[in-house]
Amino acid sequence: MNRRSFLKTSAATAVVAGAGLPAFAADEPLKIGFIYVGPVGDMGWSYQHDQGRKAIEAEYGDKVKTSFIENVPEGPDAERALTQLALEGNKLIFATSFGFMDAVMNVAKKFPDVKFEHATGYKRADNVATYDAKFYQGRAIQGTIGGRMTKTNKIGYIGSFPIPEVYQGINAAYLAAKKVNPDVEMKVVWAYTWFDPAKEADAASALIADGVDVLLQHTDSTAPQAKAQEAGNVITFGQASDMSSFAPKPRVSSTIDNWAPYYVKRAGAVMDGTWKSEATWGGIDTGMVEIGEISDAVPADVKAEALQLKDDIAAGKAHPFTGPLNKQDGSAFLAEGEVATDEQLQSMTFYVEGITAEPPK
Amino acid sequence: MITLVRRPTPSKLWTYATPLVAVIATMIAGGLLFSLLGKHPVEAIRVIFWEPLFGANASYFRGQLLVKAGPLILIAAGLAVGFRAGIWNIGAEGQYIMGALFAAWLALRIYPAESHWLFPAMIVLGALGGLLWALIPALLRVFFGTSEILVSLMLVYVAENLLAYMAFGPMKNPEGYGFPGSRNLQDYPSAYNHELIAGTGMHWGVVAALVAVIFTYVLMHRHIMGFRIRVAGEAPKAARFAGVMPARLVIFCLGLGGAFAGLAGMFEVAGPSGQITDSFNVGYGFTAIIVAFLGRLHPLGILLAGLLMALTYIGGDMAQLTLGLPSAAIQVFQGMLLFFLLAFDVLTNFRIRIGRAIA
Repeated sequence: MNRRSFLKTSAATAVVAGAGLPAFAADEPLKIGFIYVGPVGDMGWSYQHDQGRKAIEAEYGDKVKTSFIENVPEGPDAERALTQLALEGNKLIFATSFGFMDAVMNVAKKFPDVKFEHATGYKRADNVATYDAKFYQGRAIQGTIGGRMTKTNKIGYIGSFPIPEVYQGINAAYLAAKKVNPDVEMKVVWAYTWFDPAKEADAASALIADGVDVLLQHTDSTAPQAKAQEAGNVITFGQASDMSSFAPKPRVSSTIDNWAPYYVKRAGAVMDGTWKSEATWGGIDTGMVEIGEISDAVPADVKAEALQLKDDIAAGKAHPFTGPLNKQDGSAFLAEGEVATDEQLQSMTFYVEGITAEPPK
Repeated sequence: MITLVRRPTPSKLWTYATPLVAVIATMIAGGLLFSLLGKHPVEAIRVIFWEPLFGANASYFRGQLLVKAGPLILIAAGLAVGFRAGIWNIGAEGQYIMGALFAAWLALRIYPAESHWLFPAMIVLGALGGLLWALIPALLRVFFGTSEILVSLMLVYVAENLLAYMAFGPMKNPEGYGFPGSRNLQDYPSAYNHELIAGTGMHWGVVAALVAVIFTYVLMHRHIMGFRIRVAGEAPKAARFAGVMPARLVIFCLGLGGAFAGLAGMFEVAGPSGQITDSFNVGYGFTAIIVAFLGRLHPLGILLAGLLMALTYIGGDMAQLTLGLPSAAIQVFQGMLLFFLLAFDVLTNFRIRIGRAIA
């Protein structure tokens, strides 16, 4: 046997070994794997996904066995980590960052009997489902509180990356704030990171120096909260996780990504054989977007107004993007009474009319 | 008072033994760290160093070892040449990005036309991108006497911002629903740096890394340029008498390191990564500096050091998965390797004298 055919054979064996494993027997626990883009201790994005993992364990106990790899860079390392999880016998794998998308698709092709769940992506296959949360719903509530409470009429937003999810957030917050306070102005600083305390602190300082007294962040660290606390008269909102250590002020409320109900449901679906590939976009109604407690720093009437909006969104009576609504350049986006479709929102890469900031080129 | 006194002739044996001793010391200190974290130290070390090579799914991971080691070796081989001459290119990460951007630009520009010339042209552009980026610190040093250490490092951040700009702007996939990141070159046959033998991890970038090792070996040990480089590094004054032109040397060393780093970026973007995204670079350019020193700046040493470093990455992921070790502990473990290497290096070249310093 020469080297070449040896390599071919062993490669083939690897593929067969991977693909040919028998479906898990009933008495064996379902192995579930996770990859996280950050450390589980980031107290934001990855932390919340890990809470979802723990919820699965709490729900199913011995019937499941979960494991995770943290700090996985997007790209080839993600592909290796996912393959590793599949080779270790995980039958359900959650890939919890947008940048894992192509890696998930590549690995899913090689392991057709493994189910993959990809957060925030748009590519699906028979064994790849996607899920995401309507974070913009939480932004509308933050905008309402911010618009009512600002004294300088300047709301600051730390953008992570110019992608639809972030545009939705900025626009939803602005529209809600403008509704209760027509003079409000939106300041945006792009940090070009999801998690970088130093950059986030810089962005927060710049916004505060610019006169902002309501600070919204689309990045995951608590650095902006700390900056706001230093400044004294600035209010903030927890992002991804509750960040309640900064309550009651500066943190007056939060949007919590609560993946737990979805993760528990999907793990259950694999166990009873009903798992199907689908695209889930959950909001306040499904519990995926949770509004953290509104603190006493918020006047009671504002709090009531915010909670009313929350209930209306959950019940489908209100939608943060309701026409008439124009884009920043003045062209029409939504007609009178029209509500933005999910497709329109998922490709949103523009500001709405009234925001004076330049979108990044 | 503790002072360090240079040894007149450092032991030859120790010069070559330090990497091994450093690895062993890292294993011991790392084992201690792991046991403090409540893990079985021997088991953790075994998972990191043994599992990827001989464990249950080794046939897959051995290939991944090459995928991970390829760019490290290719970049380190180029950097080592400069380091030998005392020219410190710290910005390989930026040159790696520029190589990838140049090559991806061409591929994305002529997409979806298929041509046999595309891949070779991308290789040329990849090398050129890295080369040009490295020439900036080289020329600034030659003409204005700036520090190539600072300039090359700062240019990494410039390159990173350019990368983000490209991923979110001009190179964004027009069919990507507004999401960042370019088309995936893995779906573009003419541009795809595919595995040469399926399942082995062997792609053109790995071949290039091996060629680079041989090339730099010949250059450093069989060619007059190598002699000049070594003289310049070891005895700068003597080098002038030997007719070494410092300006040319600076340009050559930085240019070579840049071209190799650019090539590594090109093979990565066309192959394992496939995409220009804002998180395309994962630190190969910086890790390669460790690899270069771990390999004693010698091409063969770098080959081994690159494989070892790749092993700690892959084994580190395994230890996370099977033992639940936090990834920070693995990073500390990798950091220890460089720390011990440098520490033992100091002891090889210097003696510790305790007592009053002699003026």
